Amino acid sequence: MNLTVDKLNVSYGDKEVLKNISFSVNKGEIATIIGPNGSGKTTLIKAASRCLKPTCGNIYIGDMKIDEMNTRTIAQKLAVLPQVKNVSSDVSVEELVSYGRYPHLKFGKKLCREDKEIVDWALEKTGMKELRKRYAVSLSGGERQRAWIAMTLAQKSRIIILDEPTTFLDISYQLEVLELVRELNQSLGLTVIMVLHDLNQAARYSDKILVMNNGRICCMGRPEDVVNTCLLKDIFKINADIYDDKINNCLFLIPRNTIA
Amino acid sequence: MDSKNMKIEKIKKKSILFIFICLSAASFLISIGNGAVKISAGEILSALLFRQDTVNSQIIWNVRLPRTIAASLTGTCLALSGSILQGVMRNPLASPNIIGVSSGAGLMTLIVLILFPEFYFLAPLGAFAGALLATMFIYFLAWKDGAGPNRIILAGVAVSSLLGAGNNAIMTFYPDKVSGIIGFMVGGLSATNWQDVFTIIPYASAGIIMVLLIQNKLNILMLGDEVATGLGINVERTRFFFIIISSLLAGAAVSVVGLLGFVGLIVPHMTRLFIGSDYRYLMPATIFTGSFVVVICDTLARTMFAPVEIPVGIIMSALGAPFFLYLLRRKAEY
Repeated sequence: MNLTVDKLNVSYGDKEVLKNISFSVNKGEIATIIGPNGSGKTTLIKAASRCLKPTCGNIYIGDMKIDEMNTRTIAQKLAVLPQVKNVSSDVSVEELVSYGRYPHLKFGKKLCREDKEIVDWALEKTGMKELRKRYAVSLSGGERQRAWIAMTLAQKSRIIILDEPTTFLDISYQLEVLELVRELNQSLGLTVIMVLHDLNQAARYSDKILVMNNGRICCMGRPEDVVNTCLLKDIFKINADIYDDKINNCLFLIPRNTIA
Repeated sequence: MDSKNMKIEKIKKKSILFIFICLSAASFLISIGNGAVKISAGEILSALLFRQDTVNSQIIWNVRLPRTIAASLTGTCLALSGSILQGVMRNPLASPNIIGVSSGAGLMTLIVLILFPEFYFLAPLGAFAGALLATMFIYFLAWKDGAGPNRIILAGVAVSSLLGAGNNAIMTFYPDKVSGIIGFMVGGLSATNWQDVFTIIPYASAGIIMVLLIQNKLNILMLGDEVATGLGINVERTRFFFIIISSLLAGAAVSVVGLLGFVGLIVPHMTRLFIGSDYRYLMPATIFTGSFVVVICDTLARTMFAPVEIPVGIIMSALGAPFFLYLLRRKAEY
């Protein structure tokens, strides 16, 4: 299922934060939004996940407008992992993941056997089976992020939106989470839209990169077409050299200095 | 999922719930049995089951039973209300006071009792209306493209202090009439009758049923507004609905018992310390712990210094606060 954003504008009060955003992410693609701080990445994610109301413009899942869809129906097609999450101290991983079945539950019904199988499957997929009894708060950062991803998997949606899934994680957990995202994308054909800060990671794990600056998308395309010295200079204000990573088959950059 | 641990956990929670139900039932017998005349449990049961014409039966039916039921219902309503609010606000300090229930009910009651004493019989209705109006006013003030928990809490604090100023002003201008309303201000159940019970029953039962039907949503709301939205909950609408239910519950209770603030803050925490934060167990448990706490405290309030009766609010704080602090120290993770 693909997600299309059409001429989207979002304002906070009088301030326009997103201006005329249009793009489309195809089925089975990993699209990564990059951009400097304050460029509107998280705002775009929030609008796409219906936490913010756009002033104008539309978002489509497949060919349906999300503001004409029931929020539960959207949740069955689109899962969201925001940055700000909260979990009580006595919620086990298993319980947390089972909350992902909420959009599929009928009013007043409990989890049926099929739901439980899906929870098992999500735990298996994210490698959380061994940790299912643990309290989510007692896990390490990487494990906890995996538990949340398992929750969104249990939603059984075709599209998943991740807002900075690697923030606050050390390098091995960052890798772990991104490898998991790619694995899920490849084995399940999930469409992934995420925000990343690390440009090397974005280049390595994305099919498509969207670059944001000042509330607009200034360019988008395949990583090797988008990430170049000009872009790094103009948007990210750094001088950098770009190399070819033969092992991972992607480009990588080494920053030299900032542009004053 | 069907592993042993999970089942043990469920059985444990269900047994705790069962214990709470038993305690709550026992508190009824204790409350009805104690007072100026002591009545045995057997006598109570036979009087309740087969209406007799004995003096004790008269005492039970006309005095103690309505009072105990009123105590139980107000306890349940206030505790549920607090429990809901702590969930939707994701704030452990939330209580019915935060959505203006006490200040709104207090002001309206003062206005009726002091400025229009000839309409004293409208005081409970006034308290109820005042609670609801204050809640709506706070929610309205907090609204700006949605009403987040923090804005509601801050607006609640501001409105409560504004209405509190109104309360104090009235009491300052009419010092001679203040002594008559002390019972209301600290919360008391003296002279409650069947009329009070019938006043509160419709709101209490409607509130309890609604809460039990949608308690699952509270678990999802606890995950944060954005996660809950992602899981298909209309966060604003759900939060508003829960706030109105808690205002209804607390407003109904306050109209009978007066400003009994403590129950709504502490009983949900006590219950959570025993049964955990899963609302599917917490809500049913709170119904019984709220009832138990107020019924027991009211019994003590009636009997401890008999024939003098002290307002239940005083007993509740004097006993409840230390007990709560004890629980707090014992459970390290809280």
